[in-house]
Amino acid sequence: MIAQRVKTPMERWVTVGHYTLLVALAFVFIFPIVFMLMSSLKPSEQLLRDTSSLNAFLPIGDISLNNYYAAFERAPIWQFIFNSIFVTTSTVVLGLVINSMAAFSFAFLRWKGKNAVLSVIIASFIIPFEAIAIPLLLIVNTLPWIGPEGLKISWLNSLHVQIIPFIVSSFQIFLFYQFFKDLPFELIEAARIDGASSWQIYYRVIVPVSGPVFATAAILRFLDMWNQYLWPLMVTQSEVYRPVMVGLQYFFQLNVVWGEVMAYLSIITIPVLILYLSLQRAFITSIATTGIKG
Amino acid sequence: MQRLCLIKQEFVAMSSIRTDSAAALGKGGRLNTEHAETLAGWLMATPAIVLILVFLIIPFIMAFVFSFTNQRLFSPNTPEFVGTRNFTDLMTLRTFSLEPELDANGQPVVDEEGNYVYPRLREYTRKNPKYPELNGLQEWFSWTIGTTRTFMLSSDVVFMKALFNTIFFVIVIVPGQGGMALILALLINQKLRGINIFRTIYFMPVVVSMVVVSILWRFIYDGQNGLLNTLLGIVSFGGFKPVDWLGTTSTAMPALMVMSAWQGVGFHMVIWLAGLQNIPESLYEAASLDGANRLQQFRFVTWPGLRNTMVFVLVIITMQAFGLFTQVNVMTRGGPLDSTQSIMLQAVQRGYEKLDISGGSTISIVFFVMVLAISLVQRYLTREKDA
Repeated sequence: MIAQRVKTPMERWVTVGHYTLLVALAFVFIFPIVFMLMSSLKPSEQLLRDTSSLNAFLPIGDISLNNYYAAFERAPIWQFIFNSIFVTTSTVVLGLVINSMAAFSFAFLRWKGKNAVLSVIIASFIIPFEAIAIPLLLIVNTLPWIGPEGLKISWLNSLHVQIIPFIVSSFQIFLFYQFFKDLPFELIEAARIDGASSWQIYYRVIVPVSGPVFATAAILRFLDMWNQYLWPLMVTQSEVYRPVMVGLQYFFQLNVVWGEVMAYLSIITIPVLILYLSLQRAFITSIATTGIKG
Repeated sequence: MQRLCLIKQEFVAMSSIRTDSAAALGKGGRLNTEHAETLAGWLMATPAIVLILVFLIIPFIMAFVFSFTNQRLFSPNTPEFVGTRNFTDLMTLRTFSLEPELDANGQPVVDEEGNYVYPRLREYTRKNPKYPELNGLQEWFSWTIGTTRTFMLSSDVVFMKALFNTIFFVIVIVPGQGGMALILALLINQKLRGINIFRTIYFMPVVVSMVVVSILWRFIYDGQNGLLNTLLGIVSFGGFKPVDWLGTTSTAMPALMVMSAWQGVGFHMVIWLAGLQNIPESLYEAASLDGANRLQQFRFVTWPGLRNTMVFVLVIITMQAFGLFTQVNVMTRGGPLDSTQSIMLQAVQRGYEKLDISGGSTISIVFFVMVLAISLVQRYLTREKDA
């Protein structure tokens, strides 16, 4: 570290101005979230009244956790949370394994047709999900599944219909591929000379040195999956399989109680915020690293 | 640098690992290991290839095929091949001019307010045998030059509005949000105490679901006592007249833009920030030795150093902006008066809600072609300058 130099008065004013701007911007980015958390503690009438003054951002008036109790009564929230956690974790974990293995194969192993397959996968990156949502719905509706109740045609109304189509991500394969390509090839050669098989090279050599890219892939996938909305809405009619975002519908049927809506929004957002705040360095570096390679 | 060192250590460590399969190399020879490598290569890639085929490539091919049929969900009739009819139904545009009606003396008829009276457009577009090419078209917009009134007729006005709105959204959001993100990154890229706290806060909306954000912002934009009206009222000491931001055709789209930028800007800020921190400190030192001021440093050191980052940021904002859907679906459902319709909303509304699979697929294909064209243009632009 360079020793701190004494600042001139001019520089001091620049610093003060800088901080003022930073704080003002911080308010812009945080106020809807503060509003959500504060409102979730207020009865609906007060909540709606408070939006006409700065009270909307303050925990004053009739403060209680009643909205949270009511929200848990109105909808099977634990079920939704379980579904979301299950779907998100399975997709992330399976995706990391399958995508990194494919990328490893593309980056290091020699086999016929590799380049053609790789370019198709990279090209498929630009197909937006919404563009294929409806044909995909038709496909999953005809696929068989063997569950506890035996053979069943159609994947609709299940957890796996929310997981399996999202395991592979061409973006993730590309991300891993780019990272692997930058690893020194001697690493692989040396392992080969020692007689390691491709599988051993993958999990003994490559996986241990690829922590950062695994973290990046996991975080980006986690955000996508936790926040999924359109697809689960299309494929789940039964509450047993619905994730948290679709669970929101319970709060907009019949009478809308805004206090409960705010409580539910807080319930599904707070876990992500806590995760983000405790791992914020990892979150931010993970997004930064996707940009460096371009 | 650190990563390289780490890898070197691993490399040294590796040489000491002895595996059981070392013996296999002995007599099998080279050919065997090559076979093993091909086999392993295929096996490792197969799960990904199968999944991507079933859940991405095949659905995409299906969408392509559907767009040339009249497929509907739950239809008693078997679907038929209809050629390019879906595309012409979606995108036919024609201009059509009318002269004012003339009275018995050959003078133009004028109504009470002094405006010319024109023949009714409907008489030309509803099965008029003289104008078969206009049949079924509707007015999108019109303009008048002299006495001639010209109509832009479209076969699908709602889709045209959706297309136009989406392009408008992209044109504003890409430079707007990209520029905002750069300004934030420059503000954050300073050695100030506590700067990480601000970085954390600016990035926070990115992790909040767009559905949640959309519901919260409905409170902000509410016409009666929405938070935005309240804040503007306080700042102007009550002089500001409340606006129903989402209920007014002229403000609904800008309101969606501001909200989308608010949610997404932190993501792009972080990418810019990584780009800024990749520029070597020594370049700045050299520039300041040469007497460059802050602005010149930005112009000649920072900006050229950010070129690749800029391309990446613009590409991802463009892709995200074209897919405009969730905000619209939750906040306005395309209204008021279709002023916030978007391409993706139309695709989903037709294909899923109205069960018109071929219609929805056609929009998807049009959308895909647009995204493809843009990514090709962007790829071309970046390649040219890199050489």
